[in-house]
Amino acid sequence: MGQIIVMTSGKGGVGKTTSSAAFATGFALRGHKTVVIDFDVGLRNLDLIMGCERRVVFDFINIINGEAKLHQALIKDKKVENLYILPTSQTRDKDALTKEGVEKVMEELRKEFEFIICDSPAGIEKGALMALYFADQAIIVTNPEVSSVRDSDRILGMLAARSRRAELGLEPVVEHLLLTRYDPYRVERGEMLNVDDVLEILAIPLLGVIPESKEVLRASNVGMPIILDDESNAGQAYADAVGRFLGEDIEHRFIKPQKRGLFARLFGRM
Amino acid sequence: MATDTENVSERDASFQLRGGSFTLMVLKLTGPASEAFFVKLGDKIRQAPNFFRNAPLVLDLDGMPGNELVDFADLKARLREHGLIALAVQGGIHRHQEAALRAGLPLVPAAGRAIKLDPGATAATAPQSAGRPPPPPAARPAPDAVGRPAMVINEPVRSGRQIYAPGGDLVVTAMVSAGAELLADGHIHVYGALRGRALAGLAGDTSARIFCLSLEAEMVSISGLYRVNEDIPPAIVKKPAQIYLKDGYLSIDPFSDRFSGNS
Repeated sequence: MGQIIVMTSGKGGVGKTTSSAAFATGFALRGHKTVVIDFDVGLRNLDLIMGCERRVVFDFINIINGEAKLHQALIKDKKVENLYILPTSQTRDKDALTKEGVEKVMEELRKEFEFIICDSPAGIEKGALMALYFADQAIIVTNPEVSSVRDSDRILGMLAARSRRAELGLEPVVEHLLLTRYDPYRVERGEMLNVDDVLEILAIPLLGVIPESKEVLRASNVGMPIILDDESNAGQAYADAVGRFLGEDIEHRFIKPQKRGLFARLFGRM
Repeated sequence: MATDTENVSERDASFQLRGGSFTLMVLKLTGPASEAFFVKLGDKIRQAPNFFRNAPLVLDLDGMPGNELVDFADLKARLREHGLIALAVQGGIHRHQEAALRAGLPLVPAAGRAIKLDPGATAATAPQSAGRPPPPPAARPAPDAVGRPAMVINEPVRSGRQIYAPGGDLVVTAMVSAGAELLADGHIHVYGALRGRALAGLAGDTSARIFCLSLEAEMVSISGLYRVNEDIPPAIVKKPAQIYLKDGYLSIDPFSDRFSGNS
């Protein structure tokens, strides 16, 4: 049976979709058959980040409504084996997500995939609730700033109270913290919360710290998950985090500012 | 909806009798009402005149020396001069309670206790001169023998969650996040950081307290008196602390100070 993982945050713009794309690609690169689902009905983005927007015919909502078969809507990634994308509808809204409909799709995907990644919309309303409801594990995407941390705290509370596991009294959803857009220089100057500040407030295990990187935006715009860019710090940090998720013991990187040579110091940040 | 004739006639009546519960200020009397007593009381009222204006009041007689004679009618009138309206009395011995009743001050049960009318049962506190601060709540007689069940929460209380322990204590063995709210009619214990709101003594128990391992609360309140984060002295922030009512004011004490004898 596959594991359902929700990528969630409460707050918008923190990097949920970027992280969903990176983790899905990372799992698939390591040979795990993975599907990533866009729960942001009406604000379809995942297909853009994954670079498959021109191949969308049917979507998640069509399947929920029984208008198409699952295999008609699943898009096979062209770059990476074992990777599938289930895009959402741009013309509908979150009310199209019914609990029964989502459950039916999840049960079907569980039989076929090892990892099912649910890319949650921002907020705490129906879309976010449906994305987290069936989760076995949750990756909480947080930026090192107070509003993002507080919203993550709220989502953690909802995972503990309103997920399927909580309602049925099963083992709780396993929680992981992914700290994204982390700028060690600004942390050092006291302009951003540091890793320990965030961990103290959220009190869940740290899965990874993704450094702020210009490469992320560039990768998004060309529809290539950042994890495929193994030159970039962010790409490497995602690869580390995927390894940790799979149980490997990998030391955290990119938390401290890197030592800069005279050349770099003379010409500003490189 | 089925209504019988009795209900209809009741509704037609010009009044309705109902139960209600209220949070009232309690004035503890520890000696006869002397001039010094009213001088000190006046000082206190001048610190927050709006708060005390026409404030309804319950007189606590537990600390009254048994041999004193009290003219409750006179006391009531003088309190009125200070803007306070005495409504009733609680505790004390039978003789005082009867004198109070003659002055139009009935006996109300103290929070968390049954009405006690046995004159011998009240532990008389040593007589104290008027105007001295009343004894701390710890000196009050033990609450009723039937223990109130405490609600125990073993996981972090996250932002947006509200937990209410009706009729008893609330114990949280983990942290309480900013944006979370704890409510209890009794005490609140937080064995972790308290970053949200905590409201103890919600039903008016002025002896309720809040205890926490790291005080970072957005707001703390006991029996309706509150302080927001800004009003917490910076020296106590992030320290183990307890919050309780003392002389009608919200006191916040770090635990370290207690052991050096400052409290």
